[in-house]
Amino acid sequence: MSTEMQKPPFKSGVLRWIDERLPVLTWAYNELVVYPAPRNLNYWWNFGSLAGIMLVVQIMTGVILVMFYTPHADLAFDSVEGYIMRDVNWGWLLRYIHANGASMFFALVYIHIFRGLYYGSYKKPRELLWILGVVILLLMMATAFMGYVLPWGNMSYWAATVITNLFSAIPLVGEPLVTWLWGGFTVDNPTLQRFFSLHYLLPFVIFAMVFLHLLALHQFGSNNPLGIDLSKKDKIPFHPYYTVKDVFGFCVFLLVYGYFVFYAPTAFISPTNFIPADPLQTPTHIVPEWYFLPFYAILRAITFDFLWIVPAKLGGVIAMFASIFVLFFLPWLDTSKVRSARFRPIYKWFFWLLVIDVLVLGWAGANPPEGWYLVAAQLGTLYYFLHFLVILPMLGKIERPLPLPTSLSDPVLRGTRSQPAS
Amino acid sequence: MADSSVRHDEPAGGRRRDFLELVAWSTFGVGTLAAIWPLIDSLNPSAAVLAVASTEVDLEPIEVGQRITVMWRGKPVFVSRRTEEEIQMAQSVPLEELRDPEPDEARVQNPEWLIVIGICTHLGCVPLGNRAGEPRGQWAGWFCPCHGSHYDTAGRIRKGPAPRNLDLPPYRFVSDTQVLIG
Ligand code: HEM
Ligand code: FES
Repeated sequence: MSTEMQKPPFKSGVLRWIDERLPVLTWAYNELVVYPAPRNLNYWWNFGSLAGIMLVVQIMTGVILVMFYTPHADLAFDSVEGYIMRDVNWGWLLRYIHANGASMFFALVYIHIFRGLYYGSYKKPRELLWILGVVILLLMMATAFMGYVLPWGNMSYWAATVITNLFSAIPLVGEPLVTWLWGGFTVDNPTLQRFFSLHYLLPFVIFAMVFLHLLALHQFGSNNPLGIDLSKKDKIPFHPYYTVKDVFGFCVFLLVYGYFVFYAPTAFISPTNFIPADPLQTPTHIVPEWYFLPFYAILRAITFDFLWIVPAKLGGVIAMFASIFVLFFLPWLDTSKVRSARFRPIYKWFFWLLVIDVLVLGWAGANPPEGWYLVAAQLGTLYYFLHFLVILPMLGKIERPLPLPTSLSDPVLRGTRSQPAS
Repeated sequence: MADSSVRHDEPAGGRRRDFLELVAWSTFGVGTLAAIWPLIDSLNPSAAVLAVASTEVDLEPIEVGQRITVMWRGKPVFVSRRTEEEIQMAQSVPLEELRDPEPDEARVQNPEWLIVIGICTHLGCVPLGNRAGEPRGQWAGWFCPCHGSHYDTAGRIRKGPAPRNLDLPPYRFVSDTQVLIG
């Protein structure tokens, strides 16, 4: 947020009266209308606002679904597959918007994260902005996991069983902790009801975090494809330049989203979830939603005891959580001062290797952990951690960045001074 | 905390104020913790969940070599009437070959009847092998398809990621043909 707030040009005296007493309008005007944004942002900068719209879509459809959904182990499945899908007016549409919305939301957020990785948006002074983003990712994962349990299909049930059982790997307190999480001795009605409560709550926590994320963003303003600090003359007001660009991007995104909702609504729903939960019948092949697959692969890649003290089961759980927690430290693990990969000839390659690595992990996670799939998962996991813990810290020391431009009006060729990120 | 700039009375009064402050903060702290505990403990199994404690099983109809599944506290329990050969296999394994070493005698009250909780000790799937025609794994016991754990005819882990043998529920034989689980 800039320190000098501009007063909005009010026509209405009522608005001025309100704003003098509660300056929300001034705040909104400064953050969303005149907010100075870099004039060279490309389409990769659309994904943040798209993700924000998806959060609102999930909350709106979710609040209405709750009016028809019954959070009870005996009734939940029928209230979704029978009542919402068949009887409630437009119930099928609301559910498919919500169910596919989760997939779209994750797709957008993953692209948003890789955008940050490519352009070094996590570097000084945007470390906290990045960290808040990782917190949002964790909250989204918890929310989506608990939402997936609500229809109480057989994959819901077994996903809940396998994931909550991860905590039993913790030494000493593991077993009582899992009983506490379940509210019983297996995943059952008490588990479903608490997941329902939290699935309703967490999106609003995410909303608050998004607010802080934006506050941190506007402190220093957006990064940009060149990754250099821009002066005032290289910035343009958010409205109308980026509002219209975001709306255009949203229309394109709606084509993709609409395709899934109307033409392939069950593409992301496992067939097993059309069978009601059965505590006696484990599906032969438990797979999580696609957006968890890389992490699931890391979980199952650790099939060996580690240094005699960490048993395989605990090792897998630690590796899985570490794969996300390592992102918290990224601003300090990457030692290069140059933000954008455009000026980092070697990092650029490692970025794409990481993208491929995550895709390979996702593919391995979708398959049973044996033979080549297991080898792929193990190599993929090793490389994932190598990237963050070894390659990034060393690369910043040995790579020679290309010369950075000093401003947008000053073309790269003329600028020979290399400007550090700070 | 007491700030020296506002403490213009003599040391005795100052000490009394420090004492009151300490009492106030510690009461507040302990009180908060005490108030949080019911919130946390409310998530533990309720009286209703704990009440469904025991299950009675009629052993009469189970034939030699047959396995059945019963429910106890919402969990599947495997009841296996073992054949001579299965008992033989379970008893003859050298303990040092086992990941979770337990002799067969420690896992049964009557060698003919093996009663175990049918939940894989890895991540909680129900292993296959209790129904006719399902794979029983390399050691003729049970096989967990989720991540490939093999259990033997005493329900002991032999291969795969599971850390422990299948758990034993508390049970006793009420008569020759009745067993009470729980
Ligand atoms: C961060 C935002 C959210 C995400 C990522 C999310 C994700 C999910 C997912 C993956 C499902 C399972 C869909 C299925 O297979 O049918 C689900 C179901 C559900 N969600 Fe959400 N959700 C979000 C927000 C909300 C909110 C705010 C509410 C309520 C206020 C809500 C209420 C429900 C209900 C009632 C169901 C069960 C009905 C159904 O299965 O469609 N959700 N959610
Ligand atoms: S749950 Fe049985 S092997 Fe993982």
